[in-house]
Amino acid sequence: MGTSWGHLGASIVASFTASLVECVEALTVVLAVGSSRGWRSALTGTASAIALLSLIILLGGRALTRVPLHIVQFIVGVLLVMFGLRWLRKAILRSAHLLPFHDEDAVFTKSVSTLNSVSGRSDAWDKVAFAASFNITMLEGAEVVFIVVAIGAGGTNTLLAAGLGAMVALLVVSTLGLMLHRPLTRIPENALKFVVGVLLSAFGTFWVGEGMDLEWPGADWCIPGLIAGYLAIGLMLVLICRRLSLTQRGSIGAGNAAD
Amino acid sequence: MPRIKNVLREVAGLFVDDGTLALAITLWVALLWVIRRRFMGFAPGGAILFCGLAIILAENLIRLARRRSK
Repeated sequence: MGTSWGHLGASIVASFTASLVECVEALTVVLAVGSSRGWRSALTGTASAIALLSLIILLGGRALTRVPLHIVQFIVGVLLVMFGLRWLRKAILRSAHLLPFHDEDAVFTKSVSTLNSVSGRSDAWDKVAFAASFNITMLEGAEVVFIVVAIGAGGTNTLLAAGLGAMVALLVVSTLGLMLHRPLTRIPENALKFVVGVLLSAFGTFWVGEGMDLEWPGADWCIPGLIAGYLAIGLMLVLICRRLSLTQRGSIGAGNAAD
Repeated sequence: MPRIKNVLREVAGLFVDDGTLALAITLWVALLWVIRRRFMGFAPGGAILFCGLAIILAENLIRLARRRSK
């Protein structure tokens, strides 16, 4: 399958946006670890997790090239649809005020107080700080790896494009973290998650179709169409869920007033 | 063992938040796959796959919104 510029562009944007959200979440905890227990162990934990993830990518990438492409696309597509629709669903519920918003400041404060309450700190080596930053980087980093592999399931060009998007996101978040030394609370996380949910669901749907040999009008140029489709449905569902929530609350309020 | 269980739970949590949504997606894809295999002449277009997934998402969210706001 030839890869169009539209496909490559969409791959970079999708990978960058999704990785940005994950990196922001990891940064919050790493900053909390660094500021409460010291930077050496926090940064060593983060660097070790990144090294381990790179090794997994190298080994896993080689193994993946031995599996027929349509099987990879089908399996990765199904997983990506589940992953993307899960993000989109959560973002819609948050936009409709049916779920509380994710608050990086609250996560930071909670992490700092938890880490301060744990003893065992030493100047030379802090196991708690190392483990906390290693775990969060592994967790969020594993999601980034999955996103890159899943978005890049079309071949080497798309994989490189997705990898580039993730690298740029990591650089942007690391630079901002180094400059500001506090969580990136001004990033509109839910709006980003909504967009990421739309993009990943669109890519996932496309890969499932490719894996099943379904016909797509306009070949891989239909990806922007899928993105527009999921975006329209997502926005419509935000309105419907908000209205449902308000109607039900209104009728409960009226009932309580009558009582 | 508990550590492996935790890792598996974390991995599953990446894809499954609401079990009914994940199940519906899997069943819809499986149904299209069976149709594609059984009726080789009939190729359900990608548009049908997309419409089904959109309906699954809408049904899940509307059901949840009704339940949460009660």
